[in-house]
Amino acid sequence: MARFASVLDLIGNTPIVDVSALSPSPNVTILAKLEGRNPAGSVKDRVALSLVEAAEADGILIPGKPDQILIEPSSGNTGIALAMVCRLRGYHLKVVLPSNVSPERRQLLLAWGAEIIDSPGSEGSNGAVRLAQRLSGENPEWTFLYQYANPANPAAHYRTTGPEILRDVPEITHFVAGLGTSGTLMGVGKYLKEAKPGVQIWAVEPPSGEMVDGLRNLEDGYIPPIFTENHGGELLDRKVVVRPRESIEWTRKLTEVGLFVGLSSGAIMSGAVKCAKLIAEDETATIVTIVCDDGWKYLSTGAWSDDIDVVVERAKKIIYF
Amino acid sequence: MSAVLRIPTVLRPAMGGASTLNVEGQTIGDVLSELSDAYPAVKGQLLNDDGSLHRFLNVYINDDDVRYLGGVNAPVANDDEITLLPAVAGGAA
Repeated sequence: MARFASVLDLIGNTPIVDVSALSPSPNVTILAKLEGRNPAGSVKDRVALSLVEAAEADGILIPGKPDQILIEPSSGNTGIALAMVCRLRGYHLKVVLPSNVSPERRQLLLAWGAEIIDSPGSEGSNGAVRLAQRLSGENPEWTFLYQYANPANPAAHYRTTGPEILRDVPEITHFVAGLGTSGTLMGVGKYLKEAKPGVQIWAVEPPSGEMVDGLRNLEDGYIPPIFTENHGGELLDRKVVVRPRESIEWTRKLTEVGLFVGLSSGAIMSGAVKCAKLIAEDETATIVTIVCDDGWKYLSTGAWSDDIDVVVERAKKIIYF
Repeated sequence: MSAVLRIPTVLRPAMGGASTLNVEGQTIGDVLSELSDAYPAVKGQLLNDDGSLHRFLNVYINDDDVRYLGGVNAPVANDDEITLLPAVAGGAA
């Protein structure tokens, strides 16, 4: 179908493309699900729509009622997706955003009419979460959807992303995705484990802990409630950390198969390749991985054009995951 | 076994200020116990009283999270690189 009643109807049903040319083994197929094809440009479109629809179903938000305000912490993509959904639904969105995200993310939030509240860049996403929690407490009339704890986040992936993957790749053996709010991994992981129990679920973690120097001590750490409530420790089969240099290198390598993607997708691809290297030579595997968004929002990082040492140092100072 | 330990910024003040240390141990539990003895100020930030990993500490052997490799019993091999990272919120994925 090529005609739709609303932009919101364009969310989901994203294509999957074979990127096995980058696989380290001829026995391992790697497939990438292109979430940048969603209308606001990332996998978070699914989450934003699910969060808003759940709040509307619960009567927390009422479409068409004036002066309804939402507040949400985001390092970018959830804020951007929510801004688009809120614009269509008539809600006012305040996004608590670390000051060191790429400037394109700020521009996109403003384009869809969101209001930006800056949180200290040195505190990373933790700082944005803390500030949003405080402001929400001080303004109880605002709606705080809280993507890190809202079951509608993993539910979006359980309901849509997971079934799409199994429909399009019934031979899947491994699913590899990034660990942010953990919504993608928990939702898709739970669906796949139920529908095809042998599937391995792998998480890729960026090394943001090294960069976030706003931590006073380890007790300032944060584990998304979604991860804990979905027993993430048991659901995941493996978790690997990816360095900034690897993220940039794989972001560049993905252009070899025609994909222009965001830096977190380079990190996830690097994790998928680490997974592929662990498959025994006499075994075959089909890995499905997620391309969270396209590269447009990261052009200012110089990721594709500047000297890689310079880009890596720059990437350590911005939040891109 | 002798391995290299990478220390996150948040733990460095309590561990002599270095970003890396050479450490010994057969398992991750051995390594973290020895660090707790050598640097008492970080004891409660590495291991809980029952010997399990602190919930906000992620430990990687050669980029693999040890929670999925046997936890504190994960084996350490010669020349392994062990990385400690605090658990923090992510966002986009």
